[in-house]
This record gives sequence, C-alpha cells and structure tokens, in this order.
Amino acid sequence: MIRLSVNGKRRSYAGHPFKRLLDVLREDFRLTGSKEGCGEGECGACSVLIDGEPVNSCLIPVGQLEGAKIETVESLGTPEKLGRLQKAFLEHGGAQCGICTPGMLVAAEAHRRCGGSTKRQALCRALAGNLCRCTGYKHIIESVAAALSGKR
Amino acid sequence: MRSVGANARRKEGPEKVGGTAQYIDDYDIPGALFGVSVRSQVPAGRIKAVHFDPAFPWQECVVADARDIPGQNVVRLLGDDQPLLADGVIRHPFEPVLLVAHPDRATAWRALKHVRLEVEPEEPVFTMEDSLAKKRVIWGEDNVFKTITIKKGDCAAALAAAPVVVEGTYSVPHQEQAYIENQGMAAWFEGETLVVMGSLQCPYYVHKALQPIFALPPEKVRVLHCVTGGGFGGKEEYPNMLGGHAALLALKAKRPVKMIYDRLEDMLATTKRHPAVVRHRTGLTKDGRLLAQEIDIVMDGGAYMTLSPVVLSRGILHATGPYECPAVSVTARAVATNTPPNGAFRGFGAPQTLFAIEMHWEKIAAVLKKDSLELRRANAVKIGSVLATGQVLKESVSAAEVLEKTVKRVGWDKTKKAHARWNADAKKPTLRGLGLALVHHGAGFTGNGEDYLKSRAGVAVDRAGRVRVLAGSTEMGQGATSTLAQIVADALELPYDAVSVERPDTAKVPDSGPTVASRTTMVVGGLLRRAALDLKTALEAGGKLRGPAAFKAAAKRLCGTAPERRFLADYHRAAGSSFDDKNYVGDAYGCYGYAACAVELEVDKATYEVKLLRVVTAQDVGKAVNPGVVEGQIVGGSVQALGWALLENCVYKDGALQNPRLTDYVIPTALDVPDIDVIVVENPYSNGPFGAKGVGEMPMDVPGPAVAAALLAATGVLFTFLPILPERIQEALCSQEAA
Repeated sequence: MIRLSVNGKRRSYAGHPFKRLLDVLREDFRLTGSKEGCGEGECGACSVLIDGEPVNSCLIPVGQLEGAKIETVESLGTPEKLGRLQKAFLEHGGAQCGICTPGMLVAAEAHRRCGGSTKRQALCRALAGNLCRCTGYKHIIESVAAALSGKR
Repeated sequence: MRSVGANARRKEGPEKVGGTAQYIDDYDIPGALFGVSVRSQVPAGRIKAVHFDPAFPWQECVVADARDIPGQNVVRLLGDDQPLLADGVIRHPFEPVLLVAHPDRATAWRALKHVRLEVEPEEPVFTMEDSLAKKRVIWGEDNVFKTITIKKGDCAAALAAAPVVVEGTYSVPHQEQAYIENQGMAAWFEGETLVVMGSLQCPYYVHKALQPIFALPPEKVRVLHCVTGGGFGGKEEYPNMLGGHAALLALKAKRPVKMIYDRLEDMLATTKRHPAVVRHRTGLTKDGRLLAQEIDIVMDGGAYMTLSPVVLSRGILHATGPYECPAVSVTARAVATNTPPNGAFRGFGAPQTLFAIEMHWEKIAAVLKKDSLELRRANAVKIGSVLATGQVLKESVSAAEVLEKTVKRVGWDKTKKAHARWNADAKKPTLRGLGLALVHHGAGFTGNGEDYLKSRAGVAVDRAGRVRVLAGSTEMGQGATSTLAQIVADALELPYDAVSVERPDTAKVPDSGPTVASRTTMVVGGLLRRAALDLKTALEAGGKLRGPAAFKAAAKRLCGTAPERRFLADYHRAAGSSFDDKNYVGDAYGCYGYAACAVELEVDKATYEVKLLRVVTAQDVGKAVNPGVVEGQIVGGSVQALGWALLENCVYKDGALQNPRLTDYVIPTALDVPDIDVIVVENPYSNGPFGAKGVGEMPMDVPGPAVAAALLAATGVLFTFLPILPERIQEALCSQEAA
C-alpha cells in the first residue's frame, strides 16, 4: 500500500508499484486533467508537482511516492472558481487546443513558487520542458507574465 | 455590444484551463474494451499467414480482421483505394492488418508482441524518382495518383525569347503535425445505430466513411466530436480509418471499444505533409520582370490516394507565388510510394510550392545582382492582375501592403547594413542575415470544392430566447467556437454570452463541410451570418427589437408551440465567378489572403547553430473577427513553419519513419523562437462575413523561405531544401571553403 497526498487529500494505492503516476492519477483517482502526450518525458503534458517540484508524471513509478505530496492542475482552481494563472490563460489566449495547458499551468505554478520572474527569458526557460504545438508560446508567456505581475 | 473585432473569451476556455475539458481518453466509458492494431512491418508484400502465440490468453480478447467487415473494406475518401484492414496485400510498413481488443489497456498492448505475420516480401518503391520511373508499378497503371496542368500564354516561346533564364530545383520534406493529443476514437452500438466519438476535425467525413464499411444508411450512423487536442490537418482524414477500426471491434465485441494511439504509433502510421520537389525555369527581362514561368511539381503521396489530388491542386495553384506573369506552364503530379499515406497538414500543398518560388526569387536576385525585395515589388500582384488560371483579381489584394509593412517594421536597409558591418568583423562569433518572403493563400476550398460540399449551417432560437449555433465545424484550438458565436451575436445584435454553440454531433447539426482549408470563418461564418439575419427578420416581424426582454418575447412568439425554430443557410457560389476544374481555368478561389515575413537570424561560426533574432510578419486576413484568436493563429502557424525550416527532420528508412518520438523529432520549445512580431492587415473581402477571408493556414506558408533567405544573406549559401540543420550548414560552408 502506497500512501500519498493528492491535491491536499490523503489517498492510498494498492496496485502494481511500477504503474506510472500519470495512470494512477487518471485511472485510479479519476483526475484526468494531467494528459499523456508522449509517454517519455518529452512533452510535459503530464506535468504535476511532487513535493513542490515540477515532474513528468509519465516517468514516475508510483512505488517511489510513499508519503509524497502531489499537486495537479485540478489543485489550481475549477472552471467555476479559476485560480489566478488559469484566469490569465483564459484572458490572454494562453490555451488554444488546451491539451498542453494543464502541464503548462503546473510548470508556471512551479515558476511562481520559485520567485516568478516575469522576464521573457526566465519564463521561456521555466516553460521549456512543456511543448505546445498551437500557440507558438507567445500568448502563454504573456499569460504567465500577466498572472505573475498581477495585471489582468 | 459589438463582439466582432473584440477579444471574446473562448467558450470552452474555463474547462480547458480548469483541467476538466473532456478529451476522448478522458471519457470513462462503462464496459469499454481497449483496442490496438497489428501492423504489417514490411513495406510491400503479400500476407501468407498470421500466427497467434498460444501462450497468450487470446480467449480474453476480441480479434477482428478484414473478413469481419460487414460492408466494403474501404476507407472512403477521394478514391476508394485504401482498405480499412489489409486484405492480403501490404503496401506500406504500417498497414493495419488485425485489430485486437481487451478489457485491460496494458494487456491489449502486450498482445501485439504475441502475433506474427508471415509476409512474402515484394520489391518496394520508396522514392518519387523510382515511382515515376515505374521501377515497379504499385498503384494504378503508372504510380501517378493525379496529374494537373495549368497553361497561360505560350510559355515555351516566351522562355525561348527571354533575355534571362534562371533554373532551380527545390525540395521540401515530410512534416509531422505533432498535435500534442494523439489520435483517439471510441465506438459503440445503440440498437442498430453505430455511434463513434473522438478527436477529429470533420464529423461528416467520418459519417460518410463509416456507411459503406458497415452497410448502414446515413441515419444509422452518428458521429460526435470531443474536445480535440490539435489537428493541423492530421485529424482531417485519419479519424475515418481509426473510427472504422474502433467500430469494427465494437461490432464484433458487442461492447464499446476505445482506441487511443500512443505517440509512437501515431507518428509511424498517420499522415504527414507531402514531400515535394519543384523545378523552376523562369524567363525574365534584364531588370527582373517576369516573362515566363515553367514549373514542374512532384509530390509523394505515399501508398494510397487519400487527399493527394487536392493537396496537389492547392500546391499547383500557389506555385507561381503572388506574382503576375504573362506566360505560365505548370505540371504537377502526385505519385505513389510504399510509405504510409501522406495527407493534410496546414497549408495543404501551398507551403511546398511557395517555398520553391520564394527561394527561386533569391536565386534570380543573385543572377541579376539585384535585391530580391525589388524583384518582388516589381512583380507582385495588384488589383486587375491576371493569375495563371486566368483569374482576374478584383478586390482585397494586399501583396504590396503586407510586403511594405513588413519591410518597414524590420528596417530592411538599416538592418542589412548593420549585418554587413557585423559579418565583416572576423572577431564576431556569428554571421547574421535578414531574409524575406511573400505569399498568397487561397481562401476556402479550391475551385468548385465548395459547390460540391453544398455546406449548410444555421441558428436555433428557443422559446426562452436562447440562441444556438448549429454547425459541423469543430473546435480544435483554432478558436472556431468563439469566432462563429461572435459573428452570430453581431448579426442578431445580441451580447456574445447570449449565443451558445452546439457540440458537433451529426444527429444535431447540419453538414457545414469539413473544418479545413481556412474556410470556417469565411464560408461557415458567412452561412451563419445569413441564417442569423433570416432569424432576425423573422423576429422583427412584429416590429424592431429593443433590448433583451423584447428579443425574448419575440422568440416566444416566433416559436409558438414548438420548443425551438431553426434557420439554416445553404452555400451558393458568388455570382459572376466560375472555375473549370478539367482545364484549371477561372476563379480558383473567391479571394486570397496575403502574408509577408522577415526573419533576422545568426549562425554560430563554431557550432553552426541558428538563433532566430527577430521574426516580423504582416498578414491580411480581411477582418480579424477575434484579434486575439487571429494573432494566436499567426504566431502558432509561424512557429510550426520555423520548426519545419530549422528543426523538424523526418528520417525515413525502408519506408518507415526512424524518429517517431518527440525526443528525436524535435519541434520548437519556448526557447527556440523569439517573440513573433505580428502586424494584422484588414483588407475586407465583400463575400466574407464582416470582410473576413480566413487565416488558419497562411502563417504556415511564409516563414520557411524567409528563414532560408536569411541564411543565404548570412552565409552566402542558397539552401534549396528544408530543414536546414546545423550539419547541413556546416557541410555547405566547409565545401564552399574547400572550393
């Protein structure tokens, strides 16, 4: 039995310890916000925070996570009550098809927690592990910058 | 109240940023099995036998092959040449042969390791040259899917008389759409009705394709769209195949079946951009005026026809570029190879041929010792220009405007001078260059395409005065939902939030044609505007509507005892326009968009890495219904094109992609591209809603040649191919040094 915290709730998992965290979140806990884009840690669509660090959940066997604190996109807000980053993505065109958005938001949240510089280069570096094929990144970077600088 | 021209929020935005938007793999379908495909693995041959490993628990699986198909074994599209499942013959390395479904996803994937196909190999054909030379005939009588020619004036005579003739050959490679959501479909039967749901661009294409496979009438097939994680053309036709597979397994299993590709399978088996080789022979005056353009185009269609004839059609119609030339002769052929079929990808043939003409201008400029900008200025189309098909441009022509705006913003002369000083300094670690390209892009379906489609779209109003958009057009990130709602809201003088959009579902919305060809805003938006105006006229029968209460009362009156009233509009070609699609004469498109792009970059002298310093692009979209969405399309499309130019390298061996992963097929990250500087030009088109003429594809056309032109300026090497990788630059510079 693996005990872990997911979005502030205590959860336990009793299946195969090599099951990927991404599959445990999506299948066992029905948290489908985290997406699979490549399954090999390249695209970042499955990004979650593990003890505050952004990690590709498709690369992590759940067996490593005893006692860990997991945060997914669902922890940032709901469609009815969006968090600040989510609102900024909506206002500034940061989401197009939306499939990379949960991972982008998680990466942006991690960046916010480590100081959250709004300089373009710092934002690009913070988001460089997350692929987006729709936006060309411009509106994503503007969204994160807007959320971090507090303007609407 | 006007919402056209405003940055209305995406209707589906809150769910997307909240992580609750339901993509196909997010649906928990009770009792569903998971389906996988057994593929050929050899490029050409005949299936002798299929061996099932007895150690695997096959009794837990459902296995389907071609014999289980109740109707025709065909994926219906332009030709009926592609089977749903291979029936003895293998024509490419990822031909689906068998389908396997199991309740557990991991077990289903594992099953693939326990099936072995015994195939008698045949001699494959992998290159366009071998295909044209009929090394072996693998399709039809001569391996040619389609030949198209365009003639204007006497090209041979004009070439013979021209004071200057410049020849060049240009080639562009495959490109992977690389939507971040892989292909996925689910299927089940409700009584005798087949229901298919998934990640797709064109619900009615899937609807049409499924009928012959299952021998079902239209009313017994229902196709639903899910939130779709990117398409870019890649989900135009392939969902026909995958939907058919999921449905065949569901029929046999008598249970719902879900099929979701992983990245590997998606990249190996699904369609890519057509590679092309384009040859130019151009006659000019000594000061650089076009006299004759002779162009030959060959595209690699892969193993089956799919959409190759129409990709070729758009390719040939853009081959001359946005320039006027008195004598033109163009021949275009799409040929078969034993590789997975190529298909739609943003731009649809145009980026291929536009790369060639734009690079050819660079070559001509070098021959004539002129600035390519001056040559473009001298030859660009204007009102009254006659294109190769004889089409006379009557309105909304912006070639000069987008060119001048781009040149001004980037500071053409000043930047070139600064680069000359920089490059003359041997101590600088890089070489810098500035390049430019100019393109046009035909708006909507080619030629008579829209007449054949006979699209229909409309609006519904209910007794409570709520308005719904009814269209088969799908949202895949491009902003169709908000854009269409904005058009309807303005036509009805309602606030944007008062208009909702029905989910595309063939049981609920009319066939408004496929969501492709940058046609949704212009064509479907135009139909919706007409339908909304009809609704408005009906509502105003009792007098002018003032305020929401009056609208509601009028809606109740209009509906009477019915729960709602629908107003539908059908497509009609604009009066006075015609196209002869046998001879390629006439109005190929109702209108064209125009785009120019300037790229400033530097090449590292030690590593040959390219760093993009600045990208400026001016694009005429007619009217930006939603400026934020339009900018998002322009930036996103530009970055896909920059990836095609500098990073994205499809490596093929034995007909199979060798780098089918996002790890080794590299698409741009946030660190690879600068802040794209976008200038939106609005030169309205009289037949587009509020003047709009579409934007989706054009941004893909223009940065590729601009990058190659900038590299020419930086290094002195004319790169005639893409992608221009550091090792290619190294080879070119080293061989230049050696010479």
